[in-house]
Amino acid sequence: MADLAVGDVVAEAAFHLTRESLVRYAGASGDFNPIHYRDDVAASVGLPGVLAHGMLTMGVAVQPVVDWAGGAEHIVDYQVRFTRPVVVDPVEGATLGVVATVGALPTDADPGVVRIDLAVTAAGRTVLGKAQVRVRLA
Amino acid sequence: MTINLALEGRTLPPTVPYTVGVEKIREFARAVFAGDTTGAVAPPTFAIVIQQLTLDQLLDDPDVGIDFSKVVHGDQHFVYSRTIVPGDELTGQLTVTSVKSLGGNAMITADTVVTDRDGAHVVTATSTLVVRGGD
Repeated sequence: MADLAVGDVVAEAAFHLTRESLVRYAGASGDFNPIHYRDDVAASVGLPGVLAHGMLTMGVAVQPVVDWAGGAEHIVDYQVRFTRPVVVDPVEGATLGVVATVGALPTDADPGVVRIDLAVTAAGRTVLGKAQVRVRLA
Repeated sequence: MTINLALEGRTLPPTVPYTVGVEKIREFARAVFAGDTTGAVAPPTFAIVIQQLTLDQLLDDPDVGIDFSKVVHGDQHFVYSRTIVPGDELTGQLTVTSVKSLGGNAMITADTVVTDRDGAHVVTATSTLVVRGGD
């Protein structure tokens, strides 16, 4: 990890979400907003379809960084902006692509902590903005 | 939009302590496609389980005036003092830090401070919720 440079790709992964993934996440998280499992409710509030929970996308997107860092205990700060909904088709599902890149190296003010920036896409479009993970290097 | 702008600065009562179980961590880890599903350490976003309890307090309050189906998650931020592990007894306490009207929408930002049974800080979870207008 000593040889990291800004722009280095440290992890890349793809995850396939289905409606089952959404129901599983609803139960695990306690977020039972029906826009994440009922087409009629999603349509009634003007959404293009049933959406993945933003927090599911956020939770999945950090996993490649957790694995790279050597465990969740290395994550000191994690933030995202939800910029585009992830529509999960009942048949086709949706695939999330994650590319994790070194965004900033440790500074004197924050020694040992590197910032990893996440590029997260679904159907070829970016769905998270300012997705940044601060990782304390082992 | 009938959101109550006077909410800014309000702190809700702390939640009843939540005991973290190993199977709950494993269930959550599977749901977020974690590589580690041993349940020994919670994934980074597990804190949402506690934060959700405080957001439910906020959204269930008739004085707040939020229609749940019109809420869209805008931003999310976690700042960790340590990871969550099995056996933790965690309490969340939410403070509304900002309420803004933007066009027909409203934006609410709230910090949930999660502490353990000793009162030590575990994680602060900050959400910005966008409440869509249009009715």
